[in-house]
Amino acid sequence: MTSLTNIQSIPYFIPELILVVFAVGAILLDLVNRGRNTERVAYLALVGVAATLIAVIAVGSSEKSLFLGMIRLDSFAVFFKIIILVATAVTVIFSIKSEELDPRMKGEYYALLIAVTFGMFLMVSSKNLLMIFISLETVSLTSYILAGFLTHNPRSSEAAFKYITYGAVASGTMLFGFSLLFGLTGTGDVVQISHRLTEMFSAGEAYPLVVLVIITFILAGIGYKMASVPFHMWSPDVYEGAPIPITAFLSVASKAAGFALFIRLFYSTFQASNIVGSVDWSLMLSIVSALTMTLGNLAALPQQNVKRLLAYSSIAHGGYLLMGATLLTPEGIQAILFYFITYLFMNLGAFFVVVLIANELGSETIDGYRNLWSRAPFVAVSMAIFLFSLTGIPPLAGFFGKWWLFMAVIKQELYWLAVVGLLNSVVSLYYYARIVKAMFLESSDETDAISFSWGNLALLVVFVVPTIIIGFWNTVYEVSRASLGRIVG
Amino acid sequence: MTLQHYLVISAILFTLGVFAVLTRRNAISILMGIELILNSCNLNFAAFSRFMTPAEDINGQIIAIFGIVLAAAEAAVFLAIILAIYREFGTIQPDQTDTLKG
Repeated sequence: MTSLTNIQSIPYFIPELILVVFAVGAILLDLVNRGRNTERVAYLALVGVAATLIAVIAVGSSEKSLFLGMIRLDSFAVFFKIIILVATAVTVIFSIKSEELDPRMKGEYYALLIAVTFGMFLMVSSKNLLMIFISLETVSLTSYILAGFLTHNPRSSEAAFKYITYGAVASGTMLFGFSLLFGLTGTGDVVQISHRLTEMFSAGEAYPLVVLVIITFILAGIGYKMASVPFHMWSPDVYEGAPIPITAFLSVASKAAGFALFIRLFYSTFQASNIVGSVDWSLMLSIVSALTMTLGNLAALPQQNVKRLLAYSSIAHGGYLLMGATLLTPEGIQAILFYFITYLFMNLGAFFVVVLIANELGSETIDGYRNLWSRAPFVAVSMAIFLFSLTGIPPLAGFFGKWWLFMAVIKQELYWLAVVGLLNSVVSLYYYARIVKAMFLESSDETDAISFSWGNLALLVVFVVPTIIIGFWNTVYEVSRASLGRIVG
Repeated sequence: MTLQHYLVISAILFTLGVFAVLTRRNAISILMGIELILNSCNLNFAAFSRFMTPAEDINGQIIAIFGIVLAAAEAAVFLAIILAIYREFGTIQPDQTDTLKG
């Protein structure tokens, strides 16, 4: 394993550099335009994302450690970078369409969005405690600002306030865990930490209690990014109060980055069998996972606000994903990667419908979706497809995502977890179906048709088609298998 | 002063920070609690770097410096958000800013 020096690393760091250039460029363009024509800034951001995507693919994964072992460029990182870029591009497009954002402020909004993408790039590839903390804070600080971006909306300010209070405490707790881990092993590099810990445990010199405390503290920080119980409390409020495009972004990209960081850190640091043998964090996680999906689903049942409902549903999906992470097997990680591909399309699709309805009807409640079937048939059918896919009904993408997750769980003979997951999927059908019922079966006073622009409908197709076909597309599964690579190294 | 002294002080700081965040009814005091938490981590890093690693290895102290910078950035964003909260609600008490619930 070679780690390159700073100069040698730069060619492999081009995607991130492109993001930085475009983030600065977006600010400058906004300054030159003096807050008018912010659509131009949006197009600049889209060009930036496209250029970064090309660079990510061109640079590829070289299985190298960059910047003296600070970050690692492997296929696992590349996979998550592409997921994050797609989510960013979609968020920029949502933001152009969204009417809740102040048009004069949108310029710096896009710059921040690119900055948060940059932070996530570092998050999915960092392999040093310092780098992990810096990248996590870059993402968090920018997300706080974006969540509170509707400055004249009390709900948005409140969301930002709750977000930063929970977030700062969680990341502080994580840093405290990092400091203890650093003291225990004398290094910040996760691979060396793993070696030292393994030595300590096999020599019988380690204190399992200390390692347990460290793992719990670190889980506080990362669990908050993944919105897992008991660190989920911020997420419904933030998802409801933040601008809808940001909610969509947080529920996909932020969650993906959190999972990538979690998998890389825990699977490289604490995976050795003698560590798991004396500190069973995998059991701890499977309990957290069961609690997360149960709480997410039960709390979603009575919700009337669709954004809030999708927030709880996203907590529940975090619980399903965590199932895969508890297994310590390649199958589990592979299932997580595949699930993220499906989740990307179905969740962003559902949020896009929420954006469209909020623009046209100004409503975020389920009542606003009544009789949508006769007013805008295509949108209603698409929404139904996304919701059924989120439930996991065959033959939609969500079913296959869950299928692989449950198969991985059953293969490890964690039957109780699989049963909890299945029961939860049944519960989730109830609240997703409530929206479908409102759209198709309930009548409302408003019956005139709503017309959407062709661009919006075409974009909707971009989400609907993958949601239907991904499960039958073997290549997608191959991609998630190939992206596994060697996380540890 | 041995390593234990530093660790005890930082543990006390951390606990005080968490206590302040949980009990205070004012956003500024919550920010102070968060700063205490972050500083306890910095103290930990510096102490471990001094006592646990060779003298030429200053990684822990570097992490502490980054910790200070990030704490400053976080304070800046937090204060900006408190300002926005004050403009919208006329108060900075978290228990009175509760339009989102359920």
